[in-house]
Amino acid sequence: MAEVLLQMDGISKSFPGVKANDKVSFHINSGEIHALLGENGAGKSTLVKMVYGLMQPDSGSMKLSSENFRPSEPSKARQSGIAMVFQHFSLFDALNVAENIALGMENPPRLEDLSEKIETVSKSYGLPLGPKRLVGQLSAGERQRVEIIRCLLQNPKLLIMDEPTSVLTPNEVKTLFETLLRLKGEGKSILYISHKLEEIREICDYATILRNGKKVGSCIPKDTSAKQIGEMMVGKSFSSPSRKSQEFGEELLQVSNLSIRTKDFFGTSLSNINFSVRVGEILGIGGVAGNGQDELLSALSGEEKTSPSTIKVFNQPIGKLAPDERRAIGMRAAPEERLGHAAAPAMTLIENTLITSHSEDVINQWGIINFDSVKEKTRDIVSEFDVRTPTLDNAATSLSGGNLQKFVIGREILQRPRVFVVNQPTWGVDAAAAAFIRQSILNLASNESAVVVISQDLDELFEICDTFAVLTNGRMSKSHDISSLSPEDVGLLMGGSDLDLKNRDKA
Amino acid sequence: MFGLLLGDFSSAFGAIKLIFWDPLFDENFASYARPQLLVKAGPIILIAIGLSIGFKAGIWNIGAEGQYILGAIFGASVALSLYPQESVLIFPAMILAGAFGGFIWALIPALLKVYFKTNEILVSLMLVYVAENILASVSQGLLRNPEGMGLPGSRNLKDYPSAHNSEIIANSGMHWGVLTAILAVILAYFLFLKHQKGFEIKIAGEAPKAAFFAGINPSKTIIFCMGMSGLLAGMAGLFEVAGPAGQITMSFNSGYGFTAIIVAFLGRLNPWGILLAGLLMALTYIGGEIAQLMLGLPGASIQLLQGMLLFFLLATDILTNYRFKSRSS
Repeated sequence: MAEVLLQMDGISKSFPGVKANDKVSFHINSGEIHALLGENGAGKSTLVKMVYGLMQPDSGSMKLSSENFRPSEPSKARQSGIAMVFQHFSLFDALNVAENIALGMENPPRLEDLSEKIETVSKSYGLPLGPKRLVGQLSAGERQRVEIIRCLLQNPKLLIMDEPTSVLTPNEVKTLFETLLRLKGEGKSILYISHKLEEIREICDYATILRNGKKVGSCIPKDTSAKQIGEMMVGKSFSSPSRKSQEFGEELLQVSNLSIRTKDFFGTSLSNINFSVRVGEILGIGGVAGNGQDELLSALSGEEKTSPSTIKVFNQPIGKLAPDERRAIGMRAAPEERLGHAAAPAMTLIENTLITSHSEDVINQWGIINFDSVKEKTRDIVSEFDVRTPTLDNAATSLSGGNLQKFVIGREILQRPRVFVVNQPTWGVDAAAAAFIRQSILNLASNESAVVVISQDLDELFEICDTFAVLTNGRMSKSHDISSLSPEDVGLLMGGSDLDLKNRDKA
Repeated sequence: MFGLLLGDFSSAFGAIKLIFWDPLFDENFASYARPQLLVKAGPIILIAIGLSIGFKAGIWNIGAEGQYILGAIFGASVALSLYPQESVLIFPAMILAGAFGGFIWALIPALLKVYFKTNEILVSLMLVYVAENILASVSQGLLRNPEGMGLPGSRNLKDYPSAHNSEIIANSGMHWGVLTAILAVILAYFLFLKHQKGFEIKIAGEAPKAAFFAGINPSKTIIFCMGMSGLLAGMAGLFEVAGPAGQITMSFNSGYGFTAIIVAFLGRLNPWGILLAGLLMALTYIGGEIAQLMLGLPGASIQLLQGMLLFFLLATDILTNYRFKSRSS
């Protein structure tokens, strides 16, 4: 048996009001890919932050290669051979790859030497990446490569990866897995955090499962079914979303000849987008993020104005209406970026509820806010969408990503919009919460609403959508009945070629 | 006793006592200094409340001094053009004109920012110098006292009952401007506690993208915040020229518009905090005058003290949020 690289013994860590980790013990062997699994708020991030020196445990001990290990800061952890790729990249768009990597180093070498090193490492691990390329022009997968290479330059013994595949396309995931297996072959260990059970079953040797801060079990993922692992994580069995098949009604949302020139240097311009969504229909828009998804959402939310008749709801031209005016006629949107866009980080949940509430019971004709009513609404969101928060006065930023996502989606869905547009509804959300969000989107649609779901997650789109289109490079394919599409069709669509199958096209 | 003790310790303590304690509690100064406290605090608080509205939204009006001057010129012009008629409507008309003067002067940087994306800090600051030149020009020309024997400066409004901003309570320093300042504190408090506009301003400052998503128009926020702060600064200028100053002169402005920036931050942009900070800053003005008189300190030393107050406040903010760290290799 391989030797133990990292041994965690009875690690506990508390924050005011929460026990984030409660006597967690596990170990990672050399040359092992070890999965750390759990719902949002189960304590995975806290645990990993202690290994990486961002936090210190209240009690318990860690051993690295049989020596006591308690890093007081990340640079100490890095010196001991631990590297981490975060879920959110910390890269500067306006700098090139080599400059970005140099910025993260304690004593960066000359840029030319560094570029050479980057090329050697990227070649030897099958991660093609030009050191002179501008980060703003890289895809999400390539940005992650920058982060991985930054870590590999330190020649780590243990690489921690937090939700590494959440932003990747299927092909990019494949490349990443090849890299991880190569690292494993060199005897390096990987601590792999993910919600995607199928991935973990594919690549991980061993899994430790956390729930509510405690270790609740461990397994060899290859020998355990995804359902079994999922139930260990959640502590109960959960059902996948179900829906009733139904006839669609009239067209509620019509978009015609939507073109937007982006003002953002790194944005994507939309060109000539046409689609419509009927009552009861969920249209899924697939494609890799950065291909115009944000721009499409802002055109639909009202943040970006168009000529009036480009967007019609109930046959009314609304292209010039502001976001609050669109909410007034029953059209709502939930953007991808939770903190800073859908919610104001430093403001309380109550205040964040107010951001998209404009009805008369909340704000009277003199502009006076009825905070009792806002509080009531917030309480409804929190209880119906199972948002876990100590109080309603907590700042949005204090919630975990999944909880905040449930809040943001719940805030809009509880207003029963007739047209609802959502970008990445379950990004970074655990399986149980994702199932819940998907089910509430289905329920909304069956309640006489038209829904547009923009997502990178094809499985998600196939689970809940009725029709499917792909947004690539600012252009959108025709929408097709999702049940008529084969995986090859989807591949063709993703590649930017439109299917010429007239009998399948939606009339 | 306490004052004596401190005074004996060192001259530094003596100066501090002279600035912060004697104006209120030394019988030689109190009868002059106590009313002066309200006279000085009134305009500072009124301006600072206006500035704090913009600062919360991340809109930096640095030119309140210019808006203050324009308010005084507009308001005084109304009075001087009606002289010597008497009417109860003259003073309210002057207040409206003063508010309007400050409002349009603040609207210039606001509109330039909305339409041409200029920086409101630079434009509003530059407009202070323009305002000072207008002030110098009108006090020697348009508004000069025809009976003033050719000396620069307008008629003294103290001698014009309908236009005089008199004390509401005699010898208290409490004039209409002080009352307006207190009213502004209360209204600002409710604006941010309960009103939609206050909420919109708060989000615009906290998370501009979320504010845009909420449907808040950034241009409207800029115009509202700049306009409000200009309006209040203009009113402060009018109350000053019609009351304590009495006339438009070349040296009418005394830096209240800049001091109010310090006061807004010292009060942590909270209306009640601004009320207290305004009183404190007024005290340094008066104590500074006394210190100049008694110790022969130069006039700039009190500005130095005021500047240091802001400097230490900002340093405290930085040091509570960040800590020094040696670079470990």
